[in-house]
Amino acid sequence: MIGVEHYVVVSSILFVLGVLGIFLNRKNVIVLLMAIELILLAVNLNLVAFSAFLGDLTGQIFAMFVLTVAAGEAAVGLAILVIYFRGRGSIAVDDVNRMKG
Amino acid sequence: MIHVIAFYLFAVMTIASGAITILSRNPVHSVLWLILAFFNAAGLMILVGAEFIAMLLVIVYVGAVAVLFLFVVMMLDIDFAELRAGFVKYFPFGTLVALVLLAEMVLGIGAYKAGAIQLGTPDGTAATPAGTTNIEAIGGLLYSRYLFLFEAAGIILLVAMIGAIVLTHRQRGDTRGQKVSKQIARRPEEATFNVKPEVGKGVQL
Repeated sequence: MIGVEHYVVVSSILFVLGVLGIFLNRKNVIVLLMAIELILLAVNLNLVAFSAFLGDLTGQIFAMFVLTVAAGEAAVGLAILVIYFRGRGSIAVDDVNRMKG
Repeated sequence: MIHVIAFYLFAVMTIASGAITILSRNPVHSVLWLILAFFNAAGLMILVGAEFIAMLLVIVYVGAVAVLFLFVVMMLDIDFAELRAGFVKYFPFGTLVALVLLAEMVLGIGAYKAGAIQLGTPDGTAATPAGTTNIEAIGGLLYSRYLFLFEAAGIILLVAMIGAIVLTHRQRGDTRGQKVSKQIARRPEEATFNVKPEVGKGVQL
């Protein structure tokens, strides 16, 4: 039978994949943002699994707020990416410190 | 039995597509694998009975966030080969850190399974009432106990929307925009006039 541990293992593997993605794609901000989305997905999976196995809906409501923040973060992050690309013609994060005024 | 098979199918698909998302050469493929990962995670959530969050995941992520990613990836003309320069260099160290992290987490879960830690007992205020569906119960909670948090989430989305618009909006010099105040200030008296030209003569405008 599938218990909460199975879900926690799956979500921790997903979380680690997200962290690995941040390590591997240090220069590519788009894949970096996608790795962050993977991490947030892992967190959501964890919250939902615990909520379901506990019989308490608070975890699912919290997962909804995590989803909200993830959507806002993606929108603002991609907007910053677009203006950064407009100004520099590349999205290499190595020289992001040029954004200082 | 079918439950177990479905769980392993969704779990393996989620992890595999997550892995391909971060390893893929082409960011467009990355986005598409990310979408698959979200779909399978939604499947996992349905298996434990959280239909609302699962549908939200599909609608918000696949419908909005992933399409936004796809749009940005395709709009920006980026040399992605150059961005992968450090990939091989960081691979050993990154894998090491990831494996250590995973080992720690699985160890923690193993300790949990050994009986050292137990799931707490909820106080029952947020339990699904008997005879109601998941969506009904979440709606009931969201509009009563968590109403202010729900509105705060709305404000966060509003701020994110305004932020994105303010950041990406630009005034371009080469276009002739609409001047609304000038249009409103225009009156019929100064815009039209009546003339009665004599026969054979034109009108001086």
